[in-house]
Amino acid sequence: MARRTSPARVAVFTALGWAVGFVVFFPILWMVLTSFKTELEAFRTPPSFLFFDWTLENYAIVQARSDYLRYAMNSIVLAGGSTLAALVFAIPAAWAMAFSPTERTRGTLLWMLSTKMMPPVGVLVPMYLLFRDFSLLDTHVGLIAVLALGNLPIVIWMLYTYFKEIPRDILEASRMDGASSWKEIVFVLTPMAVPGIASTILLNVILAWNEAFWTLNLSTIKAAPLTAFIASYSSPEGLFWAKLSAASTLAIAPILVLGWFSQRQLVRGLTFGAVK
Amino acid sequence: MGSIRLENVSKSFGETAVIPSIDLDIEDGEFVVFVGPSGCGKSTLLRLVAGLEDTTGGRILIDGKDMTDTPPSKRGLAMVFQSYALYPHMSVYRNIAFPLRMAGVDKAEIDRKVREAARVLNLTDYLDRRPGQLSGGQRQRVAIGRAIVRAPTAFLFDEPLSNLDAALRVGMRLEISELHQSLGTTMIYVTHDQVEAMTMADKIVVLNKGRIEQVGSPLTLYRNPKNLFVAGFIGSPKMNFVTGEEAAKRGAATIGIRAEHIALAPEAGPWHGTIGVVEHLGSDTFFHVTVDGVGPLTVRAGGEAAYGHGARVFLRPDESKIHRFDAAGQAL
Repeated sequence: MARRTSPARVAVFTALGWAVGFVVFFPILWMVLTSFKTELEAFRTPPSFLFFDWTLENYAIVQARSDYLRYAMNSIVLAGGSTLAALVFAIPAAWAMAFSPTERTRGTLLWMLSTKMMPPVGVLVPMYLLFRDFSLLDTHVGLIAVLALGNLPIVIWMLYTYFKEIPRDILEASRMDGASSWKEIVFVLTPMAVPGIASTILLNVILAWNEAFWTLNLSTIKAAPLTAFIASYSSPEGLFWAKLSAASTLAIAPILVLGWFSQRQLVRGLTFGAVK
Repeated sequence: MGSIRLENVSKSFGETAVIPSIDLDIEDGEFVVFVGPSGCGKSTLLRLVAGLEDTTGGRILIDGKDMTDTPPSKRGLAMVFQSYALYPHMSVYRNIAFPLRMAGVDKAEIDRKVREAARVLNLTDYLDRRPGQLSGGQRQRVAIGRAIVRAPTAFLFDEPLSNLDAALRVGMRLEISELHQSLGTTMIYVTHDQVEAMTMADKIVVLNKGRIEQVGSPLTLYRNPKNLFVAGFIGSPKMNFVTGEEAAKRGAATIGIRAEHIALAPEAGPWHGTIGVVEHLGSDTFFHVTVDGVGPLTVRAGGEAAYGHGARVFLRPDESKIHRFDAAGQAL
């Protein structure tokens, strides 16, 4: 480092960093703590921070009342399925735009991104009617399609930025070596873009996992993911804070663990192309 | 077989005509070098033959078959890129095996061919390495290995040696020439280095601004350049050009004479000048002489020639070796 930093300065900035981190993380921490309290304890003012009677009964009740595993399974199917579906379309699309750009490529990319700026509620009614008429309400296929299409612009953008970094010569070499377009994508482009594709998958899984608008509006029981599981505790039983916290903790736990283990990959994915 | 024929081939990028129109015949087994200054269209021409660029007009025939609209993967050509373009995620073995895998060759046959190519190119010890762990020369060998395994109709080289250092370049030049001798396959080689062109080619195609200036064997181009551009581009040091009275005396707008066709004479000669910079190469010495009424000339003499900076000398051009050009730059 060019600038010499005094130990006091380092201490101040470290403390500040921890403080900001704590503030940001506090709601999640509070939710986890509340999930281990009794309903009475959860309401008490002033609230107790750590010194209360720790209990697991909320988790037991939540599991007994609603089948957590089924919701979790649906979340995995929807997040995984929509990510896979998005990749199947996004890889060839990003490949075409990165390596055979036309004068309209830039505009097409921006147009795709602009669809993300529209509030989803604006198309809720037509979407609902379409789902009803095609018998897609509360089905995995319908939700996977909606989630995949919703995230497709972001997936294409991310892959496009990654693919742009791959030297054109190498793809041309594979063409000279007798690879068809598909083989070029499967054997050369995709393996070379593995780090980028991994970050894209990760981000898309998180986005799909947390997506609440479409999943709540287009599913009820069979295909309902964890967002619906939490929602079922918030509306009719809004005053049962401890159970709601337990349900929420269960809902975010898998994605929290996934995010924790892959944070390096995630940061790299989100800042890719920013600095060469 | 590996004959390639270009008929009236043209290429434009938008409004810019990079190659206005080219006709060229390449015989089976020939080593053809496209040479020219940067931006002359030589790489574009190679990429048109490869199929990596679409033609704007004209036809490309490979072994008599019209391949103008055939994708590169189906033309049966192999290419070695300036950047080597190896697959960084594959081992050397898998890099060389790639074209065979794409062609659906069975595993035992792939293994035999890859090992044979590795043996020829001295890569046997490196088969398990990734391209990132190899030196520039080794990477170039892998690229060549990848090209030779599937016995293509013709090889295309796009400035393959320009990323190597000088010593390695000379070595690889010899290896590529030897490869051509032993395989006997048609090769098209693009370079901006006229020494590479002269030493390797059966036939040189000199390009300038997307047009062919002259096609011929290295010595034909050296001895009988058709115009000023070829005369100036082929040969090192560059041919001396003289205009004005000396040219008019010989019935030309410009005359050209190579450095080795001027003799330094201590006592008498038609030209008289002062020696400037002297370059000693050991075997040869190049004198940069400012000649009275003629201008600066480069003269080549033996390694023992002993004239110093500032010496006054007489010069005697070999009249039979003087090239004459008209006002349009065409040879007379």
